[in-house]
Amino acid sequence: MARAASARRRIAFTIIGWAVGFLVFFPILWTVLTSFKSEGTAIAIPPQFLFFDWTAENYATVQSRSNYLRHMTNSIVISLGSTLLGLLIAIPAAWAMAFSPTRRTKDVLMWMLSTKMLPAVGVLVPIYLLFRDFGLLDSRAGLTAVLTMINLPIIVWMLYTYFREIPADILEAARMDGASLGKEIVYVLAPMAVPGIASTLLLNVILAWNEAFWTLNLSTSQAAPLTAFIAAYSSPEGLFWAKLSAASTLAIAPILVLGWFAQRQLVRGLTFGAVK
Amino acid sequence: MKLKTWLLGAACLFATTGLVAAETLTIATVNNGDMIRMQALSGEFTKANPDIQLEWVILEENVLRQRVTTDIATKGGQYDVMTIGTYEVPIWSKQNWLLPLDDLGADYAADDLLPAIRNGLTVDGKLYAAPFYGESSMTMYRKDLFEAAGLTMPDAPTWDFVAEAARKITDKNKEVYGICLRGKAGWGENMAFLTAMANSFGARWFDESWKPQFDTPQWKEALTFYLDLMRDAGPPGASSNGFNENLALFQSGKCAMWIDATVAASFVTNPKESQVADKVGFALAPDKGLGKRGNWLWAWSLAVPAGTKKEEAAKKFIAWATSKDYLALVAEKEGWANVPPGTRKSLYDNPQYQQAAPFAAMTLASIEAADPTKPTVDPVPYVGVQFVAIPEFQGIGTAVGQQFSAALAGQASADQALSNAQQLTTREMTRAGYIK
Repeated sequence: MARAASARRRIAFTIIGWAVGFLVFFPILWTVLTSFKSEGTAIAIPPQFLFFDWTAENYATVQSRSNYLRHMTNSIVISLGSTLLGLLIAIPAAWAMAFSPTRRTKDVLMWMLSTKMLPAVGVLVPIYLLFRDFGLLDSRAGLTAVLTMINLPIIVWMLYTYFREIPADILEAARMDGASLGKEIVYVLAPMAVPGIASTLLLNVILAWNEAFWTLNLSTSQAAPLTAFIAAYSSPEGLFWAKLSAASTLAIAPILVLGWFAQRQLVRGLTFGAVK
Repeated sequence: MKLKTWLLGAACLFATTGLVAAETLTIATVNNGDMIRMQALSGEFTKANPDIQLEWVILEENVLRQRVTTDIATKGGQYDVMTIGTYEVPIWSKQNWLLPLDDLGADYAADDLLPAIRNGLTVDGKLYAAPFYGESSMTMYRKDLFEAAGLTMPDAPTWDFVAEAARKITDKNKEVYGICLRGKAGWGENMAFLTAMANSFGARWFDESWKPQFDTPQWKEALTFYLDLMRDAGPPGASSNGFNENLALFQSGKCAMWIDATVAASFVTNPKESQVADKVGFALAPDKGLGKRGNWLWAWSLAVPAGTKKEEAAKKFIAWATSKDYLALVAEKEGWANVPPGTRKSLYDNPQYQQAAPFAAMTLASIEAADPTKPTVDPVPYVGVQFVAIPEFQGIGTAVGQQFSAALAGQASADQALSNAQQLTTREMTRAGYIK
């Protein structure tokens, strides 16, 4: 009796789980479907779900109008570069704050977070002038640097919370066994923090990939990532939803694949330390 | 011997790279159909000018505006040719941000440009941007619905006729609405339409001493007329409808009339996208018998920022892209119907074009009916038909647009919206120093 009830419950939860999953995934699915429609079918009412004349024409148009490969390469270089650079700075910073906190550690963390509270457009002109004077406009190096700075507070905060979950006693035990600082970080801290570091890395790659204010404003053509590619297809005067969907599908494809392969790490990292 | 060969080879290579070292022009433009066609045809320009290479930055209008404004204001020097509208030209040229384009060559035929368009791009007698394509607004209507209602649309309708016809045709049960108009807040959205409409009602944004005019009876009449008409004959949720939303409604057969940009004509008559392609008629934007029609004027134009180091090549490209020969090139490759409209008189005199573009005469008449230097019945201190060419207008226009959009959504009365608009415009204009 109880077993039947629990089986029913499990089925119900599975159905709800799939329904919620489908609901969350639906906009992406709809974008992909729309990218294979003609412009007329894309805006048809009632909307057509699967039974329409499938066409790859939009992809051909997008390929002929834009240099997709250049934009994608830029996106990969900028998002990975900024995240790795950020981790390089943030791991020692988070380690210091987690394991040797001082009276001001909380204030420093708050101060770092406070830089995220300023609307980006407020510092557009000064940053633009700096970039102009240093010759960084429309360069991958410049965009990598600016995205590192933007995401650094988040990286530090995430790593700090992960590191805090690691008992300091283990590190102390390693130290008592004669491990040097370097060995302590490489052999003891790092293996325990891998899920945390991995999910920080993934989340920040996604954030940098999607960043559309600085990447649009500081790039022109050579360093323009996929955000500029999409901005070429949205249109306030004209219903070009199918072409826009094709461009969107191409823009999210690499990050979707990365997220798919890394989902186990991501979920493990995001729930790390949640259950004691 | 080997070293010598290498050196010789390297020297030759160096010499050749020096010879073919081309100048690269970076061109920023909007992603409208005509501009995308220009990009596709630009191979003809580089073929004729092998020493010039083109790098295209094609962006959506709002992103492009923000991008090029930041660059030109900070003298970033990222672009050699910029696509800007009639709103930017008077403001930017006063700041000395643009190079004058009076020397585009003897065969450029600047006198062939339509006077209304040319005037909007000329400041102190100098042309600061060359028009690539011009557009106005007009009335698009469903011939079948008008016929069924026993109505005939005149070529030059009045607002009273439009309102009467809209109310008569509306059948909300069948989801057929007499008129679809912009309601979404924004200086380039509902305010473009409402400012142009208000001009025809004798209203204006400012008097000659920059005092806001929303407390005048003309504005009250215009706004009340619009709100009443939309309540009786407009689609539901009109306060969130912009160009694209109305385009979708019209194409799916839900609107009997739509007054909007002339560029829409090619969309609604395209059988691949529109369910009503063969049933659309065109007329001028309505008037109120006061001498001004409710249509706007806009020209996407090419300009050279003052900071460029490639002035000569940039001007050469602009002269090519906005020339008579370019129009002929588009006609040859893509047909006369795809030629960028609204810039040159000779195009409208061309019988082949008249035949290929059934809306040509209406577009020309609409453009000629709008004068950006004298947009209103009473005199004003500003340039611009559906906008006021001052830097503060984007902010003020959008704030006023929000008031009017709220009134359309039924959250405020016409009086409240106008009084709020008057108050906020007065405050901003005082702050900006126009009102002492």
